[in-house]
Amino acid sequence: MSKNNEFVKFDKVDKSYDGKLLVVKDLNLDIAEGEFITMLGPSGSGKTTCLMMLAGFETPTNGEIYLDGNPISNIPPHKRGIGMVFQNYALFPHMTVYENLAFPLKVRKMLKDEIDKKVDKALSMVSLTGFENRMPGQLSGGQQQRVAVARALVFDPAVVLMDEPLGALDKNLRESMQYEIKHIHESIGVTVVYVTHDQSEALTMSNRIAVFNDGKVQQLSSPDKLYEEPVNSFVAEFIGENNRFDGEVLDISNGVCKVKIGAGEILANPISVKSKGEKTTVSIRPERALINPKDKMDNSHKGKIEEVIYHGDHTRVRINLLNNSEFILKVPNSSQNLDIKLGNEIDIGWNSVDARALDPK
Amino acid sequence: MSSETQKILTTDGIPLEESLKKAEKKNKIKAFLLVAPLLLYLLITYIFPIGDMFLRSIDDKMVTTMLPKTFKAMEKWDGKELPEEEVFEAFYLDYRILVKEKSFGKLATQLNYEKNGFKSILKKLARKQKKFEEGNYKEQIMKVHKRWANVEYWRAIKRRAPEYTYSKYLKGVDMYENEEGKIVQVEESRRVHKKLWLRTLEIAFFVTLLCFLMAYPIAHLLATLPMKYSNLLMICVLLPFWTSLLVRTASWMILLQQQGIVNDFFVWIGLVADDNRPEMMYNKTGTYVAMTQILLPFMVLPLYSVMKTISPSLMRAGKSLGGTPFVAFWKVYFPLTIPGIGAGCLLVFILAIGYYITPALVGGASGTLISNQIAFHMKSTLDWSFASAMGLMLLVGVLAIYWVYNKLVGIDNIKLG
Repeated sequence: MSKNNEFVKFDKVDKSYDGKLLVVKDLNLDIAEGEFITMLGPSGSGKTTCLMMLAGFETPTNGEIYLDGNPISNIPPHKRGIGMVFQNYALFPHMTVYENLAFPLKVRKMLKDEIDKKVDKALSMVSLTGFENRMPGQLSGGQQQRVAVARALVFDPAVVLMDEPLGALDKNLRESMQYEIKHIHESIGVTVVYVTHDQSEALTMSNRIAVFNDGKVQQLSSPDKLYEEPVNSFVAEFIGENNRFDGEVLDISNGVCKVKIGAGEILANPISVKSKGEKTTVSIRPERALINPKDKMDNSHKGKIEEVIYHGDHTRVRINLLNNSEFILKVPNSSQNLDIKLGNEIDIGWNSVDARALDPK
Repeated sequence: MSSETQKILTTDGIPLEESLKKAEKKNKIKAFLLVAPLLLYLLITYIFPIGDMFLRSIDDKMVTTMLPKTFKAMEKWDGKELPEEEVFEAFYLDYRILVKEKSFGKLATQLNYEKNGFKSILKKLARKQKKFEEGNYKEQIMKVHKRWANVEYWRAIKRRAPEYTYSKYLKGVDMYENEEGKIVQVEESRRVHKKLWLRTLEIAFFVTLLCFLMAYPIAHLLATLPMKYSNLLMICVLLPFWTSLLVRTASWMILLQQQGIVNDFFVWIGLVADDNRPEMMYNKTGTYVAMTQILLPFMVLPLYSVMKTISPSLMRAGKSLGGTPFVAFWKVYFPLTIPGIGAGCLLVFILAIGYYITPALVGGASGTLISNQIAFHMKSTLDWSFASAMGLMLLVGVLAIYWVYNKLVGIDNIKLG
């Protein structure tokens, strides 16, 4: 069976609530069957609106959404067969766990035996067997979350939408639930559209991530690509940590550009600059810049240590480098003995490939 | 081991329970003093009057105290044949005092309630007894009027001997204790109260139903509209609340009367002929219309406060799981509003069952309720004990409804906000 790469398709979708402001602008997004795709972005970036349009609770102002090739704008939510996990779980408080899970099956007029079987299976999937007769109010946050996931999956929907489902959980529980949801996805192969504003959640769980800002998808790619190769300064800034230099392109040749920043010049990888004189923001990941590099690197500068913060597995060092006092380095706490002390001058080096010259901020 | 678990001591060696009691005592006294004024107020204005009402409703001492010797003599009388001479003598002695004190009229009224025809023979006896000779009072009294020789009348007197009576309660449901001591219904033409009770229940029920049908969508709208509009709507709901009850009822009179605005409108749009204007006031229609409008906020507010707490995502969840909008409403939203429905219905029903002013003004003869009858006995017939009895019956009825409700729905399922 070949996978349908356009299982869900947003085609030139616009959305406006008041006729003045576009919340979603010209959205084109293809989601493959069985994919785990995350919509990531700051609040107000339009990601939840996209999800609501897909679920059928909002209608696109312009454009069309296709599910398995069929336009769905005119299909009411209850006929779309899309499962959804809500931010606050939205479990029915007057029904037991069993009744909550049986609800989507009962409205589909399934037989009692079949319902029992499916509910059992769904509960064992989220390891909540034996909780059938509890009320949602008697469950912990994590358990409610699992019930919500089980309920969204119990009727075998083709697509499951999750709207910041882990937002209300504490950090440890959130992390274990991330893995659990990922494993469930892998084992049943359902298409998941996941919305979150937590980048680490997105990086951990997804096949692909769509970074939203200002109603537009800034970048759509796999987690590693997103982190290593951000295509613009918003994505570089939003995903992971990032050292920034604002400057102007002096020269561009052979896939390397020279950028003039306040106190000096650095070599960078021209991603979105084409010609001399353009303004640019150069982005360097903290772990790509090394202290006292052994190998020769084409960028090498001296910096003064301004702050040292101990983080357990690594130490963060804030350095004043080329007049940028916000330059952060991550030094792993290995046996390697580096002379990291406040006020010391040290050598910092990085390869120009890792310094990405992006659009100016 | 076991002794350690039995009593836990504080670090100072005092048992923990004792120490806790001591520490909490001050707070308890403070708390009690705070509620004491309210408690006293309730006692004076609520518990005490209800107790007094109850005593008044069963009090029947008047006749007992007027004829002390008679009732003492009657103790031995079995009530089958005419009583012995000593009863007649005791009655004569009691009655002479009453005549002297000029209070025999009251006795006549009371005994006449018991049996018709007492008034005239007592008056006659009052005149004639002045010339009575000593001894053989039975003969002399029986000679005054032939009814005095009728054993029925003496039985009637004996029936009034107890200091307490439940006859007012029987009267409240159109029953009485007949001469044989059996509880029977009054004649068909005089059964007014039963009809009133039923009508009260009927009107209260339908007013509650109408209120519910109208309030549910309003409350839903209030809970889901954006703040800007819901505030305005809320004011519209509460506006009548801030207007005097009398003013509201009077405005309904202006609207509903035969030459009123509603009738004018009906004639204008050609719904009814000018000479055939329907009567919408001084009957049940008037009571229904006015009471529903007046009691509507009592239904809207509890419903609203409950609906406000229902997350809109629940309905969405219902729909996304495949329920049609109706199924999502009926299976998800509606069950969650039941506490509000319970609170609103109980509130409106209890208020409606004891409603007074509105039915008095717009109800006419066919639209009045039991409370109007109570007021009638308080003000017009001055039969306060009967009014008290009916008031208490109403109270017990309300408590019974509350009890049934508690059994069916559970009182902790009520939510007022």
